[in-house]
Amino acid sequence: MVSLSQYLILAAALFAIGVVGVFLNRKNLVVLLMAIELILLAVNLNFVAFSHFLWGMSGQVFVFFVLTVAAAESAIGLAILIVLFRNRRTINVDDLDTLKG
Amino acid sequence: MTFESAVFYFFSVVLLGSAAMVVTIRNPVKSALFLVLAFVSAACIWMLLKAEFLAIVLVLVYVGAVMVLFLFVVMMIDVNLAVLRQGFGEYLPIGGLVAVLMVMEIALAVGPRQLAPTRIAAAAVHAPAAHVSNTRALGLLLYTTYVYPFEIAAAILLVAIIAAIALTMRRRPDTKYQDPARQVEVQARDRMRLVKMPAEPKT
Repeated sequence: MVSLSQYLILAAALFAIGVVGVFLNRKNLVVLLMAIELILLAVNLNFVAFSHFLWGMSGQVFVFFVLTVAAAESAIGLAILIVLFRNRRTINVDDLDTLKG
Repeated sequence: MTFESAVFYFFSVVLLGSAAMVVTIRNPVKSALFLVLAFVSAACIWMLLKAEFLAIVLVLVYVGAVMVLFLFVVMMIDVNLAVLRQGFGEYLPIGGLVAVLMVMEIALAVGPRQLAPTRIAAAAVHAPAAHVSNTRALGLLLYTTYVYPFEIAAAILLVAIIAAIALTMRRRPDTKYQDPARQVEVQARDRMRLVKMPAEPKT
């Protein structure tokens, strides 16, 4: 029997790998988006685990909405990436300093 | 070790291993393929949690649509990998430290001592409904209690479609295209000119 804690710790490890991915791939915008997908997957795993162990369906409904918003987010993010590459010929985050922020 | 535990540990190892490969591998195409593996493993773990509908949706939507989009974008743009890999290991120590600390803190917070099965059962909100399938239960909730958020989610998807198309569409100046309004408005006299001239004698 797998307990709730094991699922939550698995999700925590997945979340941490996503955060490390953001740290490591600071320059590559595509891999940054993939690391964000990993983080969202970890959060969804938490929701599903709680939904299963607390016998409530609301967690799964929330995962449904998170999936919807994440799909929209990655679609728009990749569209912005394409426009960026078309204009600047680069996806290096360090080159995107037009605003001098 | 029961069969369920064995399945859980197998898919957990595959999930964490492929997630680690996603963030460390050099080639973004391979990284996208490893992300596909991570999503499929996560879907199998969700099956273990009796969330069948969401597991299938994860495979269909993420592996089928979003990851294909990622692969398409990664293959379409040619990036200079050497520049993007500069300073790759620079933040590895601090990032690894943050990650290890985060996992340890969360493990302390949600460890077996805090979330004992008896306390979980006491906090359960509903009695287990075994006779309704997961898809049916989710659909009953989505189309009754959550119908308004469901419509908003549909609107968000529509906005995402329009935004993605509007961002990436460009009209090239050398493209020839038809303007139906001008086609309808055209008059015969704009196109045809009648010329009167005397007939020439046959030579």
